[in-house]
Amino acid sequence: MSQSQAAPQVAQTQVTHLPVATRQVGRLAQSLMAMTLGLFIVGVVGFSHIDVIHNAAHDVRHSNAFPCH
Amino acid sequence: MSTFRSIVFSSVIAGFIVGLIVTAVQQFGTVPLILKAEVYEKAAEHKHEAAAPPRVTLVHDHADHDHGAEAWEPRDGLERNVYTAGANILTAIGFGLLLCGFLAVRSGATGEPISWHEGLMWGLAGFAIFTIAPGLGLPPELPGVPAAPLLSRQVWWTTTVLATSAGLGLIVFRRSAPAAIAGVVLIMLPHLIGAPELEHVETNVPSSLSHQFVVAVTLTSLVFWSLLGSLTSAAFAYFDRPASA
Repeated sequence: MSQSQAAPQVAQTQVTHLPVATRQVGRLAQSLMAMTLGLFIVGVVGFSHIDVIHNAAHDVRHSNAFPCH
Repeated sequence: MSTFRSIVFSSVIAGFIVGLIVTAVQQFGTVPLILKAEVYEKAAEHKHEAAAPPRVTLVHDHADHDHGAEAWEPRDGLERNVYTAGANILTAIGFGLLLCGFLAVRSGATGEPISWHEGLMWGLAGFAIFTIAPGLGLPPELPGVPAAPLLSRQVWWTTTVLATSAGLGLIVFRRSAPAAIAGVVLIMLPHLIGAPELEHVETNVPSSLSHQFVVAVTLTSLVFWSLLGSLTSAAFAYFDRPASA
């Protein structure tokens, strides 16, 4: 009996339906962007040849077996 | 919430927790061994300096970075450990972004959220790709142990990581015998070519210390990837859930 009362609310809800392929591409592009950012961070912390970064992250580079020295 | 934001939130939260826990684990595992090795490293430097003052004698390029008077480095003790914690957190966030980006593509393709247990499995794949595979050719090294030129080792490390992940990808996602064979060959290839190494290695760091270090690094890394995989996937499943109407 309460179903008939709830029905108008459901009908008013607006949902944007993008084509599935578009959503998938958007998700893929955003994921790749995040992965690129991750690689950049790991690259700077673990592989940068800049002295100051090397010295700050020295123990971490050795502990992660990144090539060091 | 957009996928990108979900990935970033998940990675930052998981990375922060994992970075702090791993820093604590390293204090008992790898860091004491690094500090011991540095005693040998400094002793060797002084000996060499006394024996042949004009020459820089250790094979790796010390003059370039860590003992140069001009290059800043954190003071031993708290300051050094704070920077280590920061670098650990950043490393965990970086690898977390990489892992979570992959999980997002995967859950997008299957239409199902990734469970913490599946995340743990992908974390272990990260352990195989980023620790085990490059560690076979370039075992974790203590300070004071001479090694081949840095850039050549970084190139081999990166190539091995790429080949191993591509090889595992072929085995896991292309379920055919030829793909599996190609995957195994691809994983083996960088090791058949061989990691860059010195012909003659002379160090006063005891080999028992180096061996302990390999074990400590591998176990710490196992903790790192297990935690990162399960926490990142659990956080991503939370942030990426469909918005309720």
